[in-house]
Formats: sequence, C-alpha cells, structure tokens
Amino acid sequence: MTDTTSTPIAKRPLKWTHVMDHLILILGALFMLVPLLMVLQTTTTTDLETIKNGPEFVIGDQFDDNFMSAMFQASGFSGENTGLRMLMNSLILGIGFALGKIVIGMMAAYALVYFRLRFATLAFWLIFTTLLLPLEVRILPSYEVAQKLGLLNTYTGLIVPLIASATATFFFRQFFRSVPEELVEAARIDGAGPVKFFIDILVPLSQTMIAAMFIIMFVFGWNQYLWPTMVTTEEGMFTLVRGIKQLTQDLEGTNIPEYGRANMLALIAILPPVLVVIFFQSWFVKGLTESDK
Amino acid sequence: MAQVSLKNIRKVYPNGYEAVVPTSFNIADGEFVVLVGPSGCGKSTLLRMIAGLEDITVGELSIGDRNVNHVDPADRDIAMVFQNYALYPHMTVRKNIGYGLKNRKTAASDIEAKVQDAAKMLNLTEFLDRKPSQLSGGQRQRVAMGRAVVRDPALFLFDEPLSNLDAKLRHQMRIEIKALQRRLGVTSIYVTHDQVEAMTMADRIIVLNTGRIEQIGTPTEIYHRPASTFVASFMGAPPMNLLNAESADGRVHLGGDMSVAASTADGPVIWGIRPEDIEIDPTGDIPFTVDIVEELGAHRLLHGQLNGQDLTIHVSKDVVVSAGPIRISINLDAVVLFNPETGLAL
Ligand SMILES: Nc1ncnc2c1ncn2[C@@H]1O[C@H](COP(=O)(O)OP(=O)(O)OP(=O)(O)O)[C@@H](O)[C@H]1O
Ligand SMILES: [Mg+2]
Repeated sequence: MTDTTSTPIAKRPLKWTHVMDHLILILGALFMLVPLLMVLQTTTTTDLETIKNGPEFVIGDQFDDNFMSAMFQASGFSGENTGLRMLMNSLILGIGFALGKIVIGMMAAYALVYFRLRFATLAFWLIFTTLLLPLEVRILPSYEVAQKLGLLNTYTGLIVPLIASATATFFFRQFFRSVPEELVEAARIDGAGPVKFFIDILVPLSQTMIAAMFIIMFVFGWNQYLWPTMVTTEEGMFTLVRGIKQLTQDLEGTNIPEYGRANMLALIAILPPVLVVIFFQSWFVKGLTESDK
Repeated sequence: MAQVSLKNIRKVYPNGYEAVVPTSFNIADGEFVVLVGPSGCGKSTLLRMIAGLEDITVGELSIGDRNVNHVDPADRDIAMVFQNYALYPHMTVRKNIGYGLKNRKTAASDIEAKVQDAAKMLNLTEFLDRKPSQLSGGQRQRVAMGRAVVRDPALFLFDEPLSNLDAKLRHQMRIEIKALQRRLGVTSIYVTHDQVEAMTMADRIIVLNTGRIEQIGTPTEIYHRPASTFVASFMGAPPMNLLNAESADGRVHLGGDMSVAASTADGPVIWGIRPEDIEIDPTGDIPFTVDIVEELGAHRLLHGQLNGQDLTIHVSKDVVVSAGPIRISINLDAVVLFNPETGLAL
C-alpha cells in the first residue's frame, strides 16, 4: 500500500550550452514579438499619448475606440475606404489570387503531364522562364493592357494579371507525375474521360498540394502592394495593405497622426494570413500523414 | 461472354523496340488462358494491347465478334486487375467498386445492389466504408477483383495480380480467383511470370519468350511435351533435366544400356527428362552419383552427375538416400528430344 513506484524527477545538471541555446531562442522570439507587441500597445492608447510618450508599457483603454474608427471610419474624401471595405477587398484579392493561381496552375499541369502535346516540354520551360519575369518587371506594359481593357479599379483587373503562375504549374506538374500510371489506366477502363479523371481522381488526390498552395498563395496575394497601388485609384477599391499607407501619410500638417487607428489596421491586416496558416496547417499535416497515392 | 482472337498482332514501341513479334491465337469463350514467360518477354505489352491501353502496331484484335483495334478501353467490355491494384486511394471500397458503373450512368440503386453482391461474393461487406489505405494487401486485392467483377464484363484481364502477396495468401487467392472465374464463366487472360500459377490456374498456357510464342497448350501438354528447351527449362520447379547426347543409327544413348529411338539424322541431340520420371532402382542400368540431397519435406531432390552432366532426381519422402553412388532407371516414355541448334522438340 505504501510503496509508490513513482520515481522523483532527476535533477539534471545545469549546462551552460543549454543556457546559451535558450538565450538565443529567447532573443529571436523577442526580436519577432516586440514590434507586434508595440503595435498592440499603440492600439490601446490615444494618439496624443503615443506622440507625447512614445511606446509605453501601459495598456490603455482605447482599444475599442480605435477598433471602431479603424473598421468603420473612412479616411478619404469619398467615405468609401472604411477598414471593413478594405478588409473585404483584401480578402477578395487574397482568395481570388490563390484560387486563380491554383486552378490555372492545375489545369496547365494537367495538360502538360497527361496529354501528348507536341511541344509540351518546350511549353513547360517557357512557362518556367516566366519566373524570371515577375509582374514588377513588366509592370508598365501590364498596366497599359489593363487600362486598355478597362480593367482599372475592378476586381478582375486587380486579380487576373497576377494569376499566371509558373510556381503552381511547376508544383502540380511534379505532383501529377508522381501519380501512378496504373491509376490513370484503371480510370480509363472504368470509363472516366479526361474531365472526369481530373475532377474525380486528380483533384481529390491533390488536396494536400492544394492546401499547401493555398497557404502560400493567399499570403502572397494578401501582401501584394505595387500592383494594387497602380490599378486602384478609387478609394472603394483599396486593399488593406495599400490603405494603411494612406493613413500614415496624414502625418503632415498640424493633424495628430492617427497612430492608434493605423496600428489597429495593421493588426487587422496581419490576422487573416495568420488564421489561414493556422487553419490550413492542421489540414495539411493530416493530409500528409494519411497520404498514400 | 466472348471469345478473343488475335491475328498477327505486333508491337513496336516508338523507340523502335519490337516487344511482340507478329502473334496469333484464339481464346474460346469462358476459357482461362495464362500468359507466362520471363521478365521483359512482352506479356504485359500483349495484355495492354488487348485492354486498349497500348496501341496495336499491326494486326487485328477482336473481342466477341467485334474488331476492337480502335475501340476505347472503356468500350471494350473488359475489366482489368493490376499488379499494384490501382485502387483510387481517396475513395471508399464502395466507391472504388462502383466507380465504373457510375461512369456508365447506372442508376444509384442498381450500383448499390451490384456493389453489395460483389462485396458479398468477395467477403468485403464489412470493409465497404473503409479506404484502401485501411486494408491489408489481400483485402486490397479483393477490392481490385470486386471492381472487375461488378461490371460483369466479357473479358477479365489480370496483370500479375498476386505478385505483391505473401506465399500463403497467393496460394489462397489463386484458388479463389480460379473458383470465381469458373463460377462466372468469364473469358480471362492472366499474366504471370510464376510458372506455378500458370500450371495451377490455366485451362491453356501460352509461353512467351522475347516477344514470341514458344508454345500454346494445356498445362499437361506444356509440362510433359514441351515444344522447346526454353519451355522445358522454364516450366516446372525444378526444371526438366536437359542433357547432351549423340544419336547414332536412329537411337539416342542415354547411359548404361538405356536408349530411345530417334527419328533424326546422326549427330548431337539434347534429351530431356523430368526429375520425377527417374527412379532409384538397385537393379537399374545407369550408375549415378548423388552429390547433394535437398530436403523438401514432402519429397527430396537428389542432385548429381550423369555422364559428367548435371542431373536432378525427384524422389518421395519415403525413399531415404545419402550422397554417394546409386543406380537409377529412366521412364523412357517420358524422354523428350530436342534439336540442339534450334532448341525445338524433335
Ligand atoms: N514504353 C516502352 N518503350 C520501349 N520499350 C518498352 C516500353 N515498355 C516496355 N518496353 C520493353 O518491351 C519489353 C516487354 O515489356 P513488358 O512490360 O511487356 O514485359 P513483361 O513480360 O510484362 O515483363 P514483367 O514480367 O517484368 O512485367 C521489355 O523489354 C521492355 O523493356
Ligand atoms: Mg509486366
């Protein structure tokens, strides 16, 4: 009755290398976290306090006020670029960008891998070389085309020119090539044509790839800055990443800069990518551990 | 139900390699034909041409009474079982089995009924809601069979369906597949490189070697009357003994006083004898030296030398032998003679 078999946890001798390791890790974590914490702190105080005292350690009581003004108050003349509106625009851009890239990339890879195209290899390498020509390099001609097509200040103009993607095509091509040949043949004998094979077999098999691509592409699309700045001039079309800049520009003159509101917007702009990563990551891991093609 | 006929079917791959030389044979309705041969001899190529997965370079292929040279695999009324099963990993067993029916616009209630029937036949009922990754190798194999059976095709094609299973399971599935085929009466072509599978399952065996048919015949014919030294040494474990000899005055001298009649010109011949057609016989004519005794439980194999050439003898477990000189006699009716140059039976 008295004999308990639990062994006391042995005290490990303190090693200096461990201390060093932890020190480095702690420094790294602080390096990443402190700016975020500063943003968070600023959103809780009034602008006046921020400009007087700089960043502090006190948590103020302005969080809800700042949140309301960031979300619902417009900063421009038209009154259309509220935080909510910009959040929606950003979401449309991020999701449209990611889905567009995935759909186009998958279809291109499908054509390259499964159809006896005459110049499939050449086509693939041509697509691949576009990696060397990102939008930033060809931004003037792209802008001109978008403008001529009347796509300025539209979601189509915001998303479509960004979609063509060598990266997604490349990843899906590699993935499709690893799908066993017999699966294709079994499907052929089972009477699945090209469209059915794609939708019934390839797309479900690619789930994990699609999730991974979605994470990367959503964050990439969300953070687009240059192209949205060029094609959107109407305030109602602004995205968050672009809109924050407009707020902080108001520094000049006698106005007090809207630190609280701008930082609140920054916080809001950080959240969706973080959520996407957290949400899809669990999916991603589940897919990977269950995977067998 | 359908008969299959191949007329001068030839396959040349785009790289110029001739995988199948012009080949003709017919398969009767309901027959179970096994294509057997060593690795790379063109078995899969032939089967895949019949399935429509590979283009036929030259020749005519008909299934039933229909020329199917240019018919899509889906419309040939065939079902195929692959070596690695090729199950759709993301679908449940139920969906895997029913997928072919669904693509053929079968009503959902019909699909369910047919899937249930097939599952019952193959003892898969309790696994219907699992994914392939949650099944054992043998169960996956059954699902692959179910996928073939459920469509009630005119022709089954099997490409080494058992080679991923362990010996015991292979034995069991061999019997199950054969029984199933008997019951359904569906014409079947079965590819394997395992001569035991070929012998036990086939109504007729087609032995292939480097894209060429060596022999077509029932298992007994193939075993006892091989058409060439290739067939003689490929079929049977251990293979047929093949020994060099000379024929003189219309007889081939085997050893001791034993000889067989040979209707061939004088000169070198090869004679063959199955290991079990040789007996230990203290009064026998032929002296033989046992070098190694191989213990196999139900029987023993004696390896040794006859006239300086390797010979294997198969004796039952009751015959106790140890290494050393003995005397043997040969069942002369079982001796097969071959031309040493062409390798063909005389
Ligand atoms: N796509 C191809 N292009 C060129 N040669 C090929 C191709 N596919 C197969 N071959 C060749 O054709 C020959 C027959 O191949 P096949 O796959 O029919 O052999 P097999 O009898 O099924 O062998 P195994 O028992 O190993 O499966 C082989 O020598 C192979 O190298
Ligand atoms: Mg093969």
